[in-house]
Amino acid sequence: MKARYWAVLVTTIACFFTVFAVAAVYAGGTLRVASMGEPASLDPHKVSGTWENYVVGDMFVGLTTENQKSEPIPGVAESWTISEDGKTYVFSLRKSQWSDGTPFTAHDFVYSMQRILLPETAAEYASLLYIIQGAESLNKGEAKADTLAVKALDDETLEIKLTGPAPYFLALLTHYTAYPVPKHVIEKQGTLWTKPENMVVNGPYKLVEWIPNTHVKLTKNDKYWDIGSVSLDNLTFFTQEDRAAVQKRFRAGEIDVAMDFASDQIGWLRENMPDETRIAPYMGVYYYPINSSVEPFTDVKVRNALSMAINREAIVDKVLKTGELAAYSFVPPGVAYYDSPAEVAWKDIPFEERQKKAKDLLAEAGFGSDSPLEFTLRYNTSENHKRIAVAVASMWKAIGVKVELFNSEVKVHYADLKQGDFQVARAGWIADYNDAQNFLYLLETRTGANNYGRYSNPEYDELMLQAEVTSDLQKRNELLLKAESLAMRDQPVIPIYHYVSKNLVASKVKGFVDNPQDIHRWRYITLE
Amino acid sequence: MLSYALRRLASAIPTLFIIITIAFFMMRLAPGGPFDREKQLPPEIEANILKVYNLDKPVYEQYYDYLRNIIRGDFGPSYKYLDFTVNDLIMTGFPVSLRLGLYAILLAVICGVSAGTIAALKQNSWFDFMVMGVAMTGIAIPNFVMAPLLALVFGVYLSWLPVAGWGGGALQYQVLPVITLALPQIAYIARLTRGSMVEIMNSNFIRTARAKGLAEKIVVVRHALRGGLLPVVSYLGPATAAVITGSVVIESIFDVPGIGRYFVNGALNRDYPVVMGVVIFYAVLIIMLNLLVDLIYGFFDPRVKVE
Repeated sequence: MKARYWAVLVTTIACFFTVFAVAAVYAGGTLRVASMGEPASLDPHKVSGTWENYVVGDMFVGLTTENQKSEPIPGVAESWTISEDGKTYVFSLRKSQWSDGTPFTAHDFVYSMQRILLPETAAEYASLLYIIQGAESLNKGEAKADTLAVKALDDETLEIKLTGPAPYFLALLTHYTAYPVPKHVIEKQGTLWTKPENMVVNGPYKLVEWIPNTHVKLTKNDKYWDIGSVSLDNLTFFTQEDRAAVQKRFRAGEIDVAMDFASDQIGWLRENMPDETRIAPYMGVYYYPINSSVEPFTDVKVRNALSMAINREAIVDKVLKTGELAAYSFVPPGVAYYDSPAEVAWKDIPFEERQKKAKDLLAEAGFGSDSPLEFTLRYNTSENHKRIAVAVASMWKAIGVKVELFNSEVKVHYADLKQGDFQVARAGWIADYNDAQNFLYLLETRTGANNYGRYSNPEYDELMLQAEVTSDLQKRNELLLKAESLAMRDQPVIPIYHYVSKNLVASKVKGFVDNPQDIHRWRYITLE
Repeated sequence: MLSYALRRLASAIPTLFIIITIAFFMMRLAPGGPFDREKQLPPEIEANILKVYNLDKPVYEQYYDYLRNIIRGDFGPSYKYLDFTVNDLIMTGFPVSLRLGLYAILLAVICGVSAGTIAALKQNSWFDFMVMGVAMTGIAIPNFVMAPLLALVFGVYLSWLPVAGWGGGALQYQVLPVITLALPQIAYIARLTRGSMVEIMNSNFIRTARAKGLAEKIVVVRHALRGGLLPVVSYLGPATAAVITGSVVIESIFDVPGIGRYFVNGALNRDYPVVMGVVIFYAVLIIMLNLLVDLIYGFFDPRVKVE
């Protein structure tokens, strides 16, 4: 009995050492990333989050792809020509192949773009491609797949026609909705095509293993056309969402890159890991939509008063403390083809004066100390949303507004917003592609559900429509700016701050470049 | 005994049916749907998705379809994990939770019963006070405090064990989750054992055993423990069910791919099929475990007849 006990113990210890030894051998070429979320799928047509982008973005490459700074560069397309009216694109494809050796052709793109738009694919993000002629009617089930204006002129040439000139189209093509998927595998395997034994890709990394709620493992795809310049052998994505736990794993050296950290940790991180803590402007806005279809918020004075009375600097410096930018415009600064966003007119007025003005505006709208403005501010459950709501409520109290705070879980919150069942609420928007239109369209009448506050201004809508058909970049820029300044005058939304990306990057990781989209392609990363 | 077990199982079927029905309609009554989110879907896309999942049909039809499918053992697709069916999720998650849970309960029984018995035999000694003090603390500290604390000490400061992760189920990854799971159970079992052992050691049949001149060791192990463990056995049914069904807190902190998170996250995501699948699975598990405990009880306590 004793002998057997010892045997077990010795074997166990031996096993431990083997595990450690094996880990040490592979450590050089494996990057371990905390992607902060379980992928809903590895089928690029079925995902809709940023966390999946970190994984699928190196498994597939579209017509264009991102460089280290997340700017569009040639991908499968080696070069392209754009027609005078900006509506027809002709791409010349490079010679490449799928990871199983099947030659890659322009027909693969035709199939893929039809597939994501077919109603039965039920792709959540299909609407991003509505800029392509025939896409919307195909997605609505009103037209056949072959009506889509994506045509293979031959095996190496692809033509795409757009409904209007879209200067962001080449950037949009880097998005995962525009990735090619392998027809020859999907038709054979159906929904099982994303299993490791079936999955075929055209990007630098292919799937090895995926255990739900644990990790996704990828390894180099030798068939990738540019594999020579890819350094890392393997990628492991840990999908854990608990930011405190991820931070501990990072400290213990179990993770090399974490795609997020908790804001309240910033003090500790700045003190103890200043070089590994990365904070950079991010293409998103945190805002409070006001329901402009209900009294008294139909009154532009009331909306402006509420917006003016918020001390944004106090929120970013005292509440958030992670370098977010106080927002006086809806579009964040630094967006492509957009000079500088249109800001509210009262931005430079000192805060005390602004408070007085806000009170006056409320008085003009019929609210005073005997008849105060009362309403409910809704937010979805989260520590940060709560802290900001409390701060804003106290700022509103200072101008005599009585606010009741109401929080609900995220699904309930957005279901209510969708139905317009709110007065003032918390919302956020992260851009899908680097273009002002992707923010400003939220305030168009035709946008529907995502225009939570039901803002409807014919003048605004007209400007947005004009911008959509304008191919001259300077003119388009002016139209969009005009539209934004209208929105900033009317304040259907109260912009509060512009997001920042928050990453932890170990010092041995080289080639990780902060960028406003927070997109990082691991094929450019090397380990020291 | 077999017919008793069969009768109990048969009576479980209507219970299950009621649980399924209530859970199904309560899920649908909850405000917010599976596809509500920060970036709202355009109506035509939402319509496409609802159609694919048959959510555009009337609720009673969905209910009927659901019943038909579960009779065939098909729990349907998940709305959140698109590449896995609910069956896949349960089949990959449960073995992990089961393993951790069984280790934890084993650890809890061994440590808890020994500590409780010794404390009872040395009643009011320093050992007794210490065990009960530690046990009280163990019960009082919630696992969302204990788990990060253990990870910080053993993972970050001492670097003895991984902070989190599963590593394909390697032993070193299981140590901290098992301890975190077991600690409150150890504490509870120790207190239960001590309480009932103190009572039994003062009862007449123990006095008789001693009067017969039996060695103290035999008195304790053969006579006292058998009765003293009864409350522990009846506690073990629900306790085992609780630990082997996983814990969302422990799974998220230690990144363990168990089944516990599906229950909570499934409900938050309005992932109806996942919630239903897990509810049914838990219900069956708990019914089975309770039956098992009743059968074991008959073995420990001759006064109980399972007929």
